[in-house]
Order: sequence, then structure tokens, then C-alpha cells
Amino acid sequence: MSDAEKTPAAEPRVLGVPEMGLVVLVGVSGSGKSTFAARHFRPTQVISSDYCRGLVSDDENDQSASADAFALLHTILDIRLRRGLLTVVDATNVQKHVREQLVRVAKDNDVLCTAIVLDVPEALAVERNRERPDRDFGDHVIRRQRRDLRQSVKRLDREGFRRVHVLRGPEEIDAAVIELEKGWTDRRELTGPFDVVGDVHGCREELEELLTGLGYEISRDEHGRAAGARHPEGRTAVFVGDLVDRGPDSPGVLRLVMGMVGDGDALCVSGNHENKFVRVLKGAKARVTHGLEVTLAQMEAESDEFRRETLAFCDSLISHYVLDEGRLVVAHAGLKEEYHGRASGRVRAFALYGETTGESDEYGLPVRLPWARDYRGRAAVVYGHVPTVKAEWLNNTICLDTGCVFGGKLTALRYPERELVEVAAHKVWYEPTRPLPEDVRSGGGSDSGAERGPGDTVDITDVGVGDGDPGLSVATGHGTVRADSGSTLTALEVMSRFAVDPRWLLYLPPTMAPAPTSAEPGLLEHPREAFASFRGSGVGQVVCQEKHMGSRAVAVLCKDGAAAARRFVPGELGTLYTRTGRPFFTDPDVQAEVVDRLRRAVTDAGLWEKLGTDWIALDGEMLPWSAKARSLIREQYASVGAAARAALPAAAEALARAAERGLDVGGLADTVARREEQMEEFSRVYRRYSWDTDGASGLQYAPFMLLAAEGREYTDADHLWHMAVAEQLAEANGLVRSTRYLVVDTTDPAACDAAAGWWRDLVSAGGEGIVVKPVLGARATGRKGLAQPGLKVRGPEYLRIIYGADYTDPDRLAVLRDRGLGRKSGLAMREHKLGLEALARHARREPLWRVHEPVFAVLALESEPVDPRL
Amino acid sequence: MLLTITTDATTGHPATDLGFLLHKHPDRVLRFEQSFGTAHVFYPEATEERCTAALLLEVDPQALLRSRSSVSTPDFALAQYVNDRPYATSSLFTVALGKVLRTALRGRCDLRPDLAATPLPLVLRLQAVPCRAGAERARALFEPLGWAVDAEPVPLDPGLPGWGDSHYLSLTLTGTVLLSEALSHLYVLLPAMDGHKHYWVDETEIDKLLRAGGSEEGQGWLSGHPEREWITRRYLGRRERYVRTALDRLAEADDLVDSEGPDDPQVEEAAAVPPLDEREPSLADQRAGAVLSVLRAEEARSVIDLGCGPGRLLERLVADHTLERITGVDVSTVCLEHAHRRLCEGCDPGGRGRHRNVFTDTAQPRDGGRAPRPRPELLVGSVVYRDRRFEGYDAAVLMEVVEHLDPSRLPAMEEVVFGAARPRVVVVTTPNAEYNTHYEGLADGSLRHSDHRFEWTRAEFTAWTASVAEAHGYRVRHLPVGPEHPETGAPTQMGVFTR
Repeated sequence: MSDAEKTPAAEPRVLGVPEMGLVVLVGVSGSGKSTFAARHFRPTQVISSDYCRGLVSDDENDQSASADAFALLHTILDIRLRRGLLTVVDATNVQKHVREQLVRVAKDNDVLCTAIVLDVPEALAVERNRERPDRDFGDHVIRRQRRDLRQSVKRLDREGFRRVHVLRGPEEIDAAVIELEKGWTDRRELTGPFDVVGDVHGCREELEELLTGLGYEISRDEHGRAAGARHPEGRTAVFVGDLVDRGPDSPGVLRLVMGMVGDGDALCVSGNHENKFVRVLKGAKARVTHGLEVTLAQMEAESDEFRRETLAFCDSLISHYVLDEGRLVVAHAGLKEEYHGRASGRVRAFALYGETTGESDEYGLPVRLPWARDYRGRAAVVYGHVPTVKAEWLNNTICLDTGCVFGGKLTALRYPERELVEVAAHKVWYEPTRPLPEDVRSGGGSDSGAERGPGDTVDITDVGVGDGDPGLSVATGHGTVRADSGSTLTALEVMSRFAVDPRWLLYLPPTMAPAPTSAEPGLLEHPREAFASFRGSGVGQVVCQEKHMGSRAVAVLCKDGAAAARRFVPGELGTLYTRTGRPFFTDPDVQAEVVDRLRRAVTDAGLWEKLGTDWIALDGEMLPWSAKARSLIREQYASVGAAARAALPAAAEALARAAERGLDVGGLADTVARREEQMEEFSRVYRRYSWDTDGASGLQYAPFMLLAAEGREYTDADHLWHMAVAEQLAEANGLVRSTRYLVVDTTDPAACDAAAGWWRDLVSAGGEGIVVKPVLGARATGRKGLAQPGLKVRGPEYLRIIYGADYTDPDRLAVLRDRGLGRKSGLAMREHKLGLEALARHARREPLWRVHEPVFAVLALESEPVDPRL
Repeated sequence: MLLTITTDATTGHPATDLGFLLHKHPDRVLRFEQSFGTAHVFYPEATEERCTAALLLEVDPQALLRSRSSVSTPDFALAQYVNDRPYATSSLFTVALGKVLRTALRGRCDLRPDLAATPLPLVLRLQAVPCRAGAERARALFEPLGWAVDAEPVPLDPGLPGWGDSHYLSLTLTGTVLLSEALSHLYVLLPAMDGHKHYWVDETEIDKLLRAGGSEEGQGWLSGHPEREWITRRYLGRRERYVRTALDRLAEADDLVDSEGPDDPQVEEAAAVPPLDEREPSLADQRAGAVLSVLRAEEARSVIDLGCGPGRLLERLVADHTLERITGVDVSTVCLEHAHRRLCEGCDPGGRGRHRNVFTDTAQPRDGGRAPRPRPELLVGSVVYRDRRFEGYDAAVLMEVVEHLDPSRLPAMEEVVFGAARPRVVVVTTPNAEYNTHYEGLADGSLRHSDHRFEWTRAEFTAWTASVAEAHGYRVRHLPVGPEHPETGAPTQMGVFTR
């Protein structure tokens, strides 16, 4: 493929170079390689052997360091090519074995190699070297290099270089222009919209029907045969290959697709059947089986010209396309991420045939490696090749081969809409070797009856464990959030041992910071500080919500089993889980009963219809506190009360009798009396949040946010909307309790005072306190970006169960005022970002591992040491 | 918070002589500063006929926080501000008692030596004595020492009807006892009833116990106490090594032979309560032996122990020289640290028997694979997350693991182990629920361990193994482990999957 070697001197040579790949400069010492490289490439794109020699020996001319220098060069080259960066190797490269090593590195990274030979007269090279004082080797070296070069040039294209440019003489070298060429597979500039069509296999009638259904207008040739199709809205069809073989009219399908591709209405990648078709037509020896015999027979009836055209067309098909800014990859048998946009024999083999284990199944068909199960790329990969009953997304990949020719369906994916459009096969055109699997997702039977697919299990590396336990760095819409190794290991234990199925966990509630500490006498927290904090960060309108004292509960509720099977876990109808992802109720019957009553509330409130969904996720508080925390209340609170009630009166009595004897115990007696009062206040707090429940009866659920429903999440909705949803649910069902709230303009002092009064009334009547949130919702921003989603302002009596019954003693309060809130606020914000990200990923129907990543990170951050009383 | 000691006049001595014995004047109010608060001694009554001394401890939570270096239990960190220590007769109270009444506790009284050596009619009152073991236990502890015991459970909360009693007792002890012994009874038995100490229990506690129990100078009340073992174990915070030392020394003093076999100190220190199914220590051994013989029969050269815990099985595997590669996996870094300590012979640079925290110490970068691969290799991992590191072994062992998974998570485990890792052999052991009738306290359907999510009957286990084998292309056979009962089968059931 070497370029014509003689070009008119006047025309500057234009050298095509793939923009991703390896460029090897070949030329003797003094041929001007470094100058050439510096003129045409960025300094970082060029690795020179001299530079590497300098790095490893402090002397660019130390030939004894060459072995190490080249080892370094190869390492750098390997890393750059792995990262897809164009790299130029500036070394003499006149010897074959030196070039072979470079080519091998390029092949290992599946990129193309280009050689640029700079051929200058020996005299010029010798002269240039003499001018350089650091080059002290003799002229004979140049002579030897030139001899090597001469021998090499003719055979360069057989060494694995896709392109060889030979520039002769200094004029041609100086005049040459480099033109970066995109890879054939790189069509990122095409943004669609696309309709990706699965394996057609000669089913022309079904294809016409499918295209028509998708809105394409089919054009016909003089014989009335479909010869093209165009979408009035300019959509582009993309065929995943395997147009031919087995089916009734492979020539007809080819005619139609060739027409569409020729008119720019379609793209097509090669399938393995096209590949074999080409090989056979070109005269290669191959067994004519698997339906090729059908195609060849059909082609008999076609004209020579058509046969020539089809051969040229099929021969021109490439392995895959990268489309839509890199967000969509189409390949016949799928493609793992490291092969996207790459070019090599094995990339093509993977794209056309997939990767197999080398074993065969009971029907003699190869066992395929589950590349899609392990796929973690951001680009959606759409493919065909393996017939399945139903096209389903798995880790952002989807197989569209629904076995039309075997009597299944012909399927298209509308992209970016991600809608599937199907046409049933008109008949069984060809008997399959192996019966179609019932479902691609079948696997692992279980007593819960839940079907599991390969994408339903998260990989350990997805949560930052394994491979040296690196921890997690989660890219969120508001920057990267990190959870270190120790915290992810802790979270792994909690998640593995206690959490519900990760498919239910679309969100874990972030922690919430208290308002900055109040200066008010006798108080630690007061709404004024929350208002000031939001005002200071540029949030004007806030909503104050009554804070219910119960246990945090996320409820995921499905209208029916189909919704649960589609979006969560088959065989169930919903779940309630705690802030650490545990099942809320340990008794599955109670759990089911509460889920059922909440589902009824949604039905009765008409929310399924109003929201156009068949499932919703709510964040809220389950009351009473004692329903979940009975043993905590008993051990941590009521027991303290019991001990105090037993001990304090006896102490008071002993002191009273001592006082009667004239002993001075006044101060001590006062303290004991004050403790008795404080303990009574303390006990009142936890009693208020404890009442008896029996199953679901006695429970109250106070939702404060509708997290998500089908097709969208609601973090962008304002809190008044969320409150209205909660009220509708509360009206519909007694289990649901609404939340009192008040909207406050933080810049209006009178409104702030009124809200403070409202808070005072709430907490005096036994309320825990309030939460102050930006009225615009969870995604509200202030001057510095994302605002805190809420600040809690707890009542002074409630805080007795946090800081101790006697915390109101002035000396105790003085110490507590120094509590540091920075860490807690920072943590709340990081967890908030993760929560938003988790919901966004779930709404985008991203793979399970992608949703699980931020959810897991919230749990990991929760294991970081922060004062639990804040 | 409060102890009152009441005594009546005896022949030749007015009741107020109590002040001499306690070394505290009945007409004064005395303060004693403690690191965690203030102890007060005063006399609510002091007449010739009757005298009552009161020890009142005022706990300052702030001071408690300042001295936090000595407080290492995590629940204490959470409960720094809200705890019963100001009101209950906790270990804080015992410490104050020991300090404020030290001389009386030792029975020294230079001014009234005869009185100190005379049993006195005493009434001791304590209002909130933490004792989860209940009133019956309190009686069993004090009655052998000559006390008439009135132990009333304190109600939990009048505002929470139906919640029952708290774990506190209101305790009145009446008896004619040496004052010094009476105080030493409290000094030993209050912490034993409580079972928790606010400070770290170290070896010096043994001496404290023996001194207070009167066993330092030969025969003392503790060595002859029928509950001395219970008392010793509880007083020493269940640290078995100390317990054994103390019991040995008590036995020496008493010339008795201790019959109980040693528990594994490492496991004891790892988890507070030994799992119920390890009560029969040989069953765990039999299980490991059964697993080992299956591995031998299947000619496994490499084994991965999924859910290895503190490494009981790994220890056996390492001793087996037919195995070339052994890996232990657990989801708990704490367990793995224990496994590491059990199996490693000193990994810190320089050795000296010290160990590096292999899993939780993130500051220390991992060795870039230069060090020889430790045997066995230990990995933090989970059977519900797919893991490439599980691949490439001849055999995987899930010994007493599945019952710790919620049933809803079993399919994930099946996918990870049988679907993705796919070793040639998988050995699964799990309790046989039918056998539980032979365990005391389990006949009512309770489970053998608080973390067990289920325990399967043989039919349930067989159904599960059959479905897993079917779905993943394995054959399965079942083997009993432990003594087989004709009706209920063996205590442990084992499934061996092969493909």
C-alpha cells in the first residue's frame, strides 16, 4: 500500500496519518527526524529514543543505555496507545527487529501503524552530524544505517504498517504536510437519530414492514423491488450485519440496504455471514453451510453486475461504528470497551464473531464469553449475532437479534429514544440448530422464584474492592465524590450481610446537618441560624417542614408484578428499607402488609395515572420511633430513666434527712432535685415517640419526597409539589401522615420571626423540630453551586435524648456550643451529591452496577467517623 | 449513685461507731474528687441506736469525656451523654467505693479494732443495680455470703405500660457480717452483676478480684463461693485468659481442680458471645474434617474458602500439604484480621510476633506483589458480588455461610459462586434444623445463632442444592456431619457439588 514514490516536486506531499495510532519515523542519524516531528506533531506526541536515553542515563548519547531507553520508550508507547493517543516514535528505526517491537506494541493496543521514511543523501546526513558536537560517532555509522534503511524500505508494508510514506530528499521532507485521518470506525460526528436494525438474514418482507413501521418511505426500482428507504425526519438506519443467508430473499435485502447506504440513509457493519459470503465469492475454500447455500442459490438468478456490486458492498463493510459523540457503538457480535474505535484483526474478529471459551455446548455451538455481563463502558453497544427471544438491555448493551429467520421477530432500536420496535416473522424460514432460549436472562433458579440475569449481580470492582481495594471515586453531576478504601470495606460488609437486593436500592438517604449552633441563651439550635445560613449562601425561599421522630424509610412501590419485574425484582411488589438499606421490618409479613397498604394509598390517590407510572419511590419517616427502635429506646433511654427514677428519690430522701440533722447538703440536694425534673422531661421525650403497633396497625408513614417514578426522578420538583403529593396520599389512606410546613422568605425578618414562633410552638407541643430546605427542591443551588438539601433545627427538649437530660445546665451548654459542624455539613453535601446521582442514573435506566455505585458510596461515607449526635 | 449502710448499736458500741469503721465522721459532709465526678459521704441518721452512712456519687459526664482515653467500648462513644452511669451502681460506683472506703474495705480500724473484727447487724441499700441476669441471680450471689436478700426489679417506665421491668434491681441486703467483707462483697459482685466496666480490663484486674475476694492470703469468701466461676468470668469482662488464670489461682487457694477445658482465647476475644453451635467444640472440628476429606477425595489442589471467618478451616487446610493454593475470603475485615493472626507468624517488618493491620490500614500501600504470596492468601470479598479473584480454583468451600444470607440474596450468591467462579467442586455445609430438638433451648424453633437468617431441614437443603445443581450444570451429593440420629439426621448437613 505504499504511496507512489515519485511525486512532482512542486506539489507538497500530503501524508495521511490515522489520528489514533503509531507513527514510526524511519531515517538515518541526521536525516531530520526530530525537526520533522517537531514541525508536525505536538511535543507530547513524540517520544524520541534520545530523550529516553537521557532520562535513564543523564546522557542522550550514551549508547550503553540503549536497552533501558528502549524499554522505557516501549512502556510510554504502550500506555499512550492504550489511552488512544497518537504517538510518534522518533528513533532511527532502520533495523527490522526494532520496528517489529514497535509494531507489536501497536498491535497489542489494536491501533494502526504508519511509517514515514525520511531518506536524505548520505552526504547531507554526515554533514549534519559533524555540525553537532555531541554526536561523536564516525561517518561509518551513518553508512551502515543507510544500508539498513535501503534494505528495509521496500518491504516495510509487509511488516504490519498499514501506510508507508517515503520522503526523498530534504525538499520533499520540508514540503510535506501531515493530514490526520479519522479511523474508519469513527463516525462520532453522526448524532442520528438512528434506528438500529437487528439480524435480517434475508427476511426482506419483514424488513420492509419494519422500516415502514419506523416511518421510512421505501423507494422501488423499475421492477418494483425495494431499492432504498428514506425517513422524512432524516433518521438513519444502522444495520448490525447478517443481512444475508438462511432467509427467503437475501438479494432483495442487499438491494434495499445497499440502496439506503448508497443514498446516505443507512450505515451497515459487517456480520460474520457477509464475511463468509465475501470469502466464498472471492473463491476461498469454505464449507457452504449455515444458510449460505440458500443465498448462493438466490444469487444465481441475479445479474453479474448485481453480484459484483454486492461483493463490493459486503467487502467494504467495516467491523463497527462509533457514533453519536462516542455514545453509541454498533457491532455485529458486540464489542468490549477497549476495542471501541480500534482497528486490528482481533477487533474485527471480536466484532464479527464474538469471543468464545473454546468449549462447545450440547448442540455443538461455541460457548460464548459473557462480555456484556462484564461491560462497564459509557457507550451503549448495540449488536446482534446471537438469537434471543427478547431484546433486553444489559449493562448498557443490547442484542437485537430476535431470530426473525427462525420464526421470531425482527427488532429495531430507536436511538436515542431507546424504544424497541418489532415485527413478527411471517413464518419459520429456517430451522434453528438449537431451540431458541426461553429468555436470555434465564439463569440461577432460586426458591424466591426471582429470575436473575447476568446484569443483576454487581462486580466487586464496581464498589472499589479488589485489585488492591482502591476505594470508590464516583463521578456525580456535581463533581467527583470519593469514599476511601477503609470505608468501602466497611460498607461491603453491611451491604452484603444486611441490605435488600441491590436492585431495590435506587437511593440511600443522605445524612443531614444541623443548623449552625445558636447563640440564643439556653438553646443549641434555633431556626434563625438555618435561615441565616441559607440566606448567606444565596437561597431566598425556604420551606420549614415538621420533623417527624420516627425511623427513616424509603418505600419503593409497584403497581403490579410486571413493574417490579421490569424495574426491580421479579416476584415482589415493593419494599421498604432503612437508611442503611436494610429491610425496614424484620418480619416479612409486616413488610408485605405495609407495602400493600401504601400501594393502595397510591392507587386511591390516583397517583399511578397522574404521574403516568407503574411504580414510585418515596422517602419518608415511619412512625412511631418505637416500631423500629424499641430495643434502642429501652436500652439507651428508658433504662436511664428507670435508673434515675429509682436512684434520685432515694438520694433526695437521704439528703433531706441529713439536712434535718443540720448537715450542709443544700447544694447537693438542689442538684438532685434539678436532675429529677430533667429526667422527667427526658422521659417525656421518648415516651412521646413510642406507641404500640400490631403489624401495620398503629404505624404512620410520613413521606416528604417523591424520589422517582417511571421515566424520571423528582429531585428537580419543588418541595411544595412534594408536600402536595404527600397530602394526596394522606387523604387516600390513614397509614400515610402528612407533614406540616411553612414557606419562609429568608430575607424577610418578620417572616423569619414568625417561623421561629411556629417552631417554638411545634417543639413545645412535643415535636422533634423542623427541617429547613430550599423551596426549589433537592437540586436547588445557591451562590456556590448546589445548596445543602436541608438543615435540621431540633427542639431543646428533644435534644435531651441526644446530649443527656442535664445538657441544659449552663456549664454543659457552654461546652456543647463548641461542637464542630464542618465535617458533618461536608459529609451531608457529599452524600447529597451521591443521592442525586443515584436517582439520575436509575432514571436514565443505567445498568445496575452504575446505580449501585453511588448508593454504595453513601453507605461507605456513613461509616466515616462523625459525631453521631449531630 | 447511692449506697446506704445502716447498723444498729451492739453491746459495748453505739451505732455511731460506724463512723470509726468507715473512717468518716458522722457529723460531717465529706467530698472526694474522682476523675469522673465527686463522691460524697454523709450520714442521714446518726444516733446511739441506729446509724446510716450514705455514699453518693455524682458523675460528671464532662469529666467522663475528658478521661475518655480509658473508655474504649464503642457503645460508650455513642452513649457519652445519655447513659445510666450517673444513676446506676456501675463500675464507676465500685471504683469510688474502693477509693473512698479503702481502709474500711481492708478491715483496718486502729481505734475500734475489735469492732472491725466483729460481724455487725447491717442493712445495705442500693436502688439501681444493673443486673440483666435478674433477681434470682442476685439472690444466688449474696445468700451464700450470709445475706437476706430483697431484690426488687425496677419498672422500666410508668409511661410505657406493657414494656415490663428494667434490668435494674432495687437491692436490700440484711445480715450480720463483717463490715469489710460486706464492702468487698459489693466491690466484687456489683461489677459482676453489671458485666460492663467503664475502663479497659487488663491483667491487674485479676489481683484486684482475688484481693477483694479475700483469696490472697489463703481462704477467702470467693474461693468457697458456689458461683465463683460465674463471678470471675463476669468480673473479668469475659476475657478467658484472665478468667483461667484467676480460676487457677482460686483453685490453688482452695486446693480444687478446675475441670472445664479451655476455650479458644482468640475467638473469645473476637466475639463477645461464642456462637451457640460451637458449644459442642468437636462439631466444628468434625465439620472441618469432613470438608477436608471431601477435598482430598476430589483431588483438589487449590481451594478457596468463601466466608472463612477467623480461619478455623484455613488452619486445617494449611496443614494439608496436598494443597498448592489456599485462599480465604470474608466480608468482615475484623474476622480476616483474626484469621491473619491465627495463620501468620509475624508479618510486621522485623517480625517479633507483631502483626500489621492487613485490611484496614489504608495508609500502608500494598506491596507491589514482590513479597512471596502469603499462604493462605486472605481477601476481603463478598459472595453476593461477582469477583474474578474467585475464579481458577479446583474447589470452593461455603462452610456454615449460606444460613447467614437473607434468602433473597441467595440467588446472587449462586450466580457468583456457581455461575461465574464455577470451580470444579463446591462444598456447602449448613445446620440441619431437624437436629435442633437435641439442643437445649432450641426445641421451640429458635435458631442456633443470632445471625442465622434460616436453618434448613434436610428436605429444604436438598431441594435447594438440586435446583442450584440443575441451573448451573453440577451434580450434587449429600453427606451428614456429626453424630447421626435415626430420626433427625446429623447436626450439620453437607452438599458436595461437582461438574
